[in-house]
Amino acid sequence: MMAAVRGQGILAVLVLIVGVVLLADWRVTVLLAVWLGAWLINHGLSQMGGAWAMRVVPVIFGMCLLVLWQMAVTLFAVSAVILPGPLAIAARFGSSLDVLWGDFVQTFVKGALSGYFIGCGAAILAAVAVDRSVFLQRGLLPVASFLAALPVVGIAPILVMWFGFDWQSKSAVVVVMVFFPMLVNAVEGLRASEQMQRDLMATYSASYWQGLFKLRLPAAMPFMFNGLKIATTLAMIGAIVAEFFGSPTQGMGFRISTEVGRLGLDMVWSQIAVAAMAGSAFYAVVAGIEKRVTFWHPSQRGR
Amino acid sequence: MRNLAPVLVVVGCIMALWYSAAVMMNAQWERDQAGRAGVTVSWAQIVPATMHQERPVLPAPHQVAAELWQLTFVEETEGRRGLLQSGSLSNRGLLIHAWVTLSATMLGFAMGAGFGILLAVGIVHNRAMDASVMPWAIASQTIPIVAIAPMIIVVLNSVGVAGLLPKALIAAYLSFFPVVVGMVKGLRSPDAMQLDLLRTYNATAAQGLWRLRFPASAPYLFASLKVGIAASLVGTIVAELPLGGAGLGTRLLAGSYYGQTIQIWATLVVAAVLAAGLVGVVGAVQGRVLARMGMRA
Repeated sequence: MMAAVRGQGILAVLVLIVGVVLLADWRVTVLLAVWLGAWLINHGLSQMGGAWAMRVVPVIFGMCLLVLWQMAVTLFAVSAVILPGPLAIAARFGSSLDVLWGDFVQTFVKGALSGYFIGCGAAILAAVAVDRSVFLQRGLLPVASFLAALPVVGIAPILVMWFGFDWQSKSAVVVVMVFFPMLVNAVEGLRASEQMQRDLMATYSASYWQGLFKLRLPAAMPFMFNGLKIATTLAMIGAIVAEFFGSPTQGMGFRISTEVGRLGLDMVWSQIAVAAMAGSAFYAVVAGIEKRVTFWHPSQRGR
Repeated sequence: MRNLAPVLVVVGCIMALWYSAAVMMNAQWERDQAGRAGVTVSWAQIVPATMHQERPVLPAPHQVAAELWQLTFVEETEGRRGLLQSGSLSNRGLLIHAWVTLSATMLGFAMGAGFGILLAVGIVHNRAMDASVMPWAIASQTIPIVAIAPMIIVVLNSVGVAGLLPKALIAAYLSFFPVVVGMVKGLRSPDAMQLDLLRTYNATAAQGLWRLRFPASAPYLFASLKVGIAASLVGTIVAELPLGGAGLGTRLLAGSYYGQTIQIWATLVVAAVLAAGLVGVVGAVQGRVLARMGMRA
């Protein structure tokens, strides 16, 4: 009874809003109608529940945003210099695949990936060293967690000066950016095994290295992957931002900054689409590996 | 305080490494200069010289400290455009840049945190929102928004949105996500028993939110606010890169164009102090609030 009354109240308010807006501008009403329609479908689907509906709902939401974007651009005749519509961006994307691929290889494969592997590898090795020494734990960890909170992006101009304009400097920026968050997570992870489990290893008279590889590294994996997942986004950011401070005539950051200057915003948005897809795919790959490696952890078993 | 000695040793080691790296990296320039002048120099001459170059590859710590002192305290007290002479902060000093960056960061953080909390409340109370918004909120963070921030700023400027707001928008975008994730976790942290108790009291959803869910979410909220405020500082600095005028990001880019390495390092130190200060303030508030609520900080 209460719910029904409240439902009617919400409906009345909605009708009122739509009425007022309709008087103001019919284009806003069209957009609102599309939004409401998609929302009602999603509402119904999520009430139904089930794995299938939960997959479809976000897809509908995303499509709805794209449609609204295109409609808003068309209806309000927004200049392509300010905001191109998704269709125009898709057209540009399709017609300049080779440029996008070249930039992608330069920035992501050469810059971000190499830096990601070097930085995360170094951080894990450093974490093992830190974990072995109480002195380093007390001394290095506060410093590292301080450095992890710093705006490390600021170091990009310096590293570009040191390592030149090509991908090596981008890689160096990525190494610095991913190192500290990864280190903090890895050290936390290496401490995650319980005293009881360590004692058991001791009763087996396991050596330090056996204890490390058989117990503590596996137990650290959920934390490690937490750091590895954070580092994927940081690597993308580092590689692209570093290109603003100087780059060869190729690369996603280079293309973005030059195309902004030439008002080629459809190209810029194509690069953003590439960055988004590369970032999501990178994240998804790491998350997939995590699922395989840490299948035993409660957060993975729940699903 | 038992951590003090190890921390000091580690910081000392970093300083020592820094000095030796400065000698190694700046030595080449001294040798080139000597080579052009046609004289040979020994290490004993090179080492002191590398400490006082005007545009070193890597400035020594004391150079950075001196520059920092010069650009903050000396500039404001003795400079013609400084605080004492003109009554306002000098546009050549670092304090005005730090202030501009700080204000944009705070505005962006307030917007981002507020939006994040609202979104989290919606997600917790509405299934449709949970299913449709959450995956996209996660996907939105895999987009390197920081990387495209300069473009967004330029476009917003061309539309006529200028000043503090565009920078704050980038900062808000970066800080809202950690807040959403932490807050959703926090609002869901009361266990079923407590929720059932409220239902037996015939409490409404709003009462459940204010009396149970919000208090229970406080530790999660503060943990994510710390991440969020650091992220919004990074967002502001990057957003300032393409803009003229004031701001730490602008200073970084200017320093990089003109090869003013000491100035870049001094700016970085200011940014670091700002970041540590902001996180520290949130941490202090966290300690106070949680202690008042009877939780351990």
